[in-house]
Order: sequence, then C-alpha cells, then structure tokens
Amino acid sequence: MSATSSAENPPEVSPVERRLRVFLGYLVAPITVLLNYFGERAIMLGKALAALFRRPLRIRLFLDQMQFVGVGSLPIIMLVGFFSGAVSAQQAITALRIFNQERFVGATVGISLAQELAPVFAGLMITARAGSGMATELGSMRITEQIDALTTFAVDPIQYLITPRVIATTLVMPVMAMVFNIVGLIGAYMFSIYFEHIDLGQFVEQFTFWTDPKDYIIGAVKALVFGLTLSVAACYQGFNVRGGAKEVGLATTRAVVAGSVSILVSDYFLIDAFHILWPSKS
Amino acid sequence: MAFQIVNQPPASTSHPAGSPGVGPGPAGGNPLAQRDERWQIRVRGLNKTFGPQHVLRGIDLDIERGRTNIIIGGSGQGKSVLMKHLMGLLHPDSGQIWVDGVDVVGLSDSDMGKLRRKFGMVFQYAALFDSMNVVENIAFPLIERYNLSRAEMLERVRDLLNRLDLGKVDGIEKKIPPELSGGQRKRVGLARALIDRPEILLYDEPTTGLDPVATKNVDEMIRRTADDFGVTSVVISHDMASTFRIGDRISMLAEGKIVVTGTSEEVLASRHPALREFVETSGLVAPDQGRA
Repeated sequence: MSATSSAENPPEVSPVERRLRVFLGYLVAPITVLLNYFGERAIMLGKALAALFRRPLRIRLFLDQMQFVGVGSLPIIMLVGFFSGAVSAQQAITALRIFNQERFVGATVGISLAQELAPVFAGLMITARAGSGMATELGSMRITEQIDALTTFAVDPIQYLITPRVIATTLVMPVMAMVFNIVGLIGAYMFSIYFEHIDLGQFVEQFTFWTDPKDYIIGAVKALVFGLTLSVAACYQGFNVRGGAKEVGLATTRAVVAGSVSILVSDYFLIDAFHILWPSKS
Repeated sequence: MAFQIVNQPPASTSHPAGSPGVGPGPAGGNPLAQRDERWQIRVRGLNKTFGPQHVLRGIDLDIERGRTNIIIGGSGQGKSVLMKHLMGLLHPDSGQIWVDGVDVVGLSDSDMGKLRRKFGMVFQYAALFDSMNVVENIAFPLIERYNLSRAEMLERVRDLLNRLDLGKVDGIEKKIPPELSGGQRKRVGLARALIDRPEILLYDEPTTGLDPVATKNVDEMIRRTADDFGVTSVVISHDMASTFRIGDRISMLAEGKIVVTGTSEEVLASRHPALREFVETSGLVAPDQGRA
C-alpha cells in the first residue's frame, strides 16, 4: 500500500529546487532545440550519402535532378546574373569616381562576383526555384502516400528521392555560380563601357591583373557547400511533411527560409575559414 | 455461437526471448512461429501510440489464407495504422505480427524488404506516382526488382490491364495519374500491386470517394482478384454494404481493439454495442434485426 502511494505521489520538491529546475530547463532548451535541428538534418544527410554506395545507383534519377536544378534554373540565373553585374558596376563606379579611380571597376566587380555575388545569388535563386520545388514535390508525395508506396516495393525512399536531389544540387551549384559569374561580368562590362564610357583596355587590364584563380576556387567551394545546405534543408522539410495541402505550403515556405538563411550564415563562416586557411597576399 | 468476442488482454506484449523473427521455425516453442495452413497473418497484443494518443490497444487478429478478410471500424479508429503495421511501414510500441511464421517486428530492413515481396498494397487514393504514366507505374515493381526486357514488362502490364478491364480504355498506357478517373486510378493501383504476383493484397479503404456504381465495380474487382489470383485479401473499410458483399471473414476494430470477428452471419448476429451501432446506422439492418 505504501509502495503504491509513493509511486502515485512523487516526493515533494522544495520551491527553490523547482525554480532551479525551471531555470535550468530554460537554459538547456535552446541547446537541445539546436542540437535536434541540426541532428535530424545531419542524420538524413548521412543516410543519403551512405545510400550512394548501395546498389542500384539509378543514374537516370541523378540526371533528371541535374536537369531540373541546373538546366531548368539557367534562364533565371542568367537574367539575375546580368543585372547583378550591371548594378555592381554602377555602384562601384559611383564609389570609385570619388577618388577618380573608375578604371578599377573591372577588378572590383570581378573579385566580388567570383567570391561573393555569384555563389550567394546563385544559391538564393536555386533555393527559390529548385529548393521550393523539391519541398513541394516531396511533401505532396508524402501526403498522397507515394513515399509509403515506394517503401511497399522495398525501395528505400531516402536512396530513391533524397540522394539524387542532394548530390545533383551540390554538383550543379558550382556550375551555376560560374554561369552567374560570366553573365555578371558581361553585364558589368556592357554597363561600364557603353553607359559610363570606361576605357575598354583599362577595364580588361585591371580585371585580369587583380583577379586570380583563387577567387574562383573560393567561389566554387562556397557554391558546393551552399548546394549541399540548401538541398538538405529543402528535402528535409518536404520529406517530413505530416498533414495536408496546408502543411505542404508551410514546408515549402520553411524550406526557402531555411535554405536562404543557411546560405547567408554559412557564407560568413566560409569567408572566415578561407581567410585563415588561405590568407590574402596583399 | 461460432463468432468470437475478442477483447481480452494479450498473453504477452513483448517479443519472446531469442526470436528475432528472421525466419520461420520454432521460436521457444511458440506455435505462431510456424507456418499455419489456415492463418497467414497472426497479430498478438499490438500496441501503438502517437504522442498522447493510444491508437492500438492490444490488437489480436488472425488473417485467413486465400480469403477476403475485412477489417471494419469508424474513422480514426486506427484501421490504416493497423494495416501499415502488417506490412512493416510502421513499428509497434509492443506486440507481435507473424506472417507465415516470421515475426515482422524484429526484422532488419533488408529482411523486411524481402518479406514485403509477399505483399501488394492498394492505397486509399491509389498513391500512383505522378511523374510516371500508367505503364511506368504498373511496371515499377518489376523495374526495381528484376532485369526484364521492355517487351516482357509490357506484355505483363498489358495482360493485367486487360484482366482489370482497362485494356480497352483509349490511350490508357500513356496517361498520367491526373488524367484518370477515380475508378481507373484504383484499378491501376491494383494492377501495380498485382504485377509481381503477391500472396497477400492489402486494400486501404478501396471504395472511399467513389459513387455507388464505381463502388460496386471495385467490390467485384476485389472479389474477382481474390478468385482469379488466389491471394489473401485484407480490406480496410467502413462501407458496410461492401463488407457484406465481399467479405469472407469480418473483424471489427473499436477503441483500439478487435471486438468482434467471424463470418458475415456471425458478425451480424453479434450483440457487441459498437458493432450493433455500426451495422444499424449503416441502414443494412433494422435495429432489431440480427439479434439472437
């Protein structure tokens, strides 16, 4: 009898101890939330990468995703790239004109495009277009039981759906960043030469003198990382939808927000890492 | 009285020691661990909770080999959850599911994958892959499991389309799921489930959302499939007319348990209040009819 009553009535806790527990709970909660957030995505990424080494490989699914993420995004990447290059040149010329140094516009735009603008803007564009598409498609497949159907045929949904999307986006992103670079430079060149009448020779000379392969390597590595983070964010949101159409919409919104934030936050840390690992000569 | 009121607590809700369930055979003398000629699937003490919701509360159920077994119950009673457990799509909190003497619950992913080849599942809304046409949908299990030539696959797909009365539908092979009617989707879903010749077919509310004529057609399709292909059918339904039309064995799920099980006559004669309410509100029998 006494054992039953002690099980039903837990021992009394003093008010101080109770407050201490609540305080510690508040203190630990953000850490557990953060660990949970990154842990769940890391587990999914781990499963997706491990599935790469299991048969069958289904090359066609990888090519389909490369087509969707890469070829499908080309028009928007080129459009945004052209105007981003032109706007960068415009801003650079305005600032450089104060010091009468407009001739450096080619170098300024070249470096900023290679290291920052191309990978970040291309990443944001891919998040908006392909990331949202992935989250919506996977979410719809989840709520219409298509993912369950895959499982009934003994097909691993992670291997079939997530691995191709993550790998394709990661591999395609540096290419997209390079396209953005090239088209952005064309935009900067056209604006500088035809609208601001900067000397063509000086534009090209300063660009080739100040930019070097390192800038493009940094940009490509960043784009690779952005491709990984944005695709994991999008796939995680879509794959884990529970409910109906409303939840699919919410998952898509969360995928775009999480993908964009992950790009901008990881950009900061990548810059820091590159400054430490590969310091500038000047 | 031949029907059973199955409402007693299970003898054991944990796995017997030393029975990982990776193959049929005696597991500590457990009779469930041997292939039974009559019962193909045996469920004992199945429990499942989702957060605070205790959906399945010790399910005991036997599925008869080669017959059409219907599980009825109201919305939200856990019928689909139970069905997903049978195929290993969900893992129970406790309890056992034996399929031909193999404990499904303890299986590894790869063993589960092999066991799933015994099953075909027809989903409530067909769950056809939107990115594929009808032929690609039906052939999907063959593409994933075997290295058949395109001609062989097409032959098997066309044979099934004809047997399910879809062969004469104009341009059916190239149609994508949104271009199909509700009844056609169900048939294509059934064809996909049947293409690899499963031993057990699971139907998740196959007549939901269909008009009475389409419902009757789907019922006939289930009946004919059971007869022609000799499969064990497990149908989840809350449609009482369909249930009594096609069911060889009917079990009722209420409040997380199987409360009645037996043939249609036995079930109709049951006095269990949940079943009486269900049968009477369906309009199939008058309130006094069927009482012993």
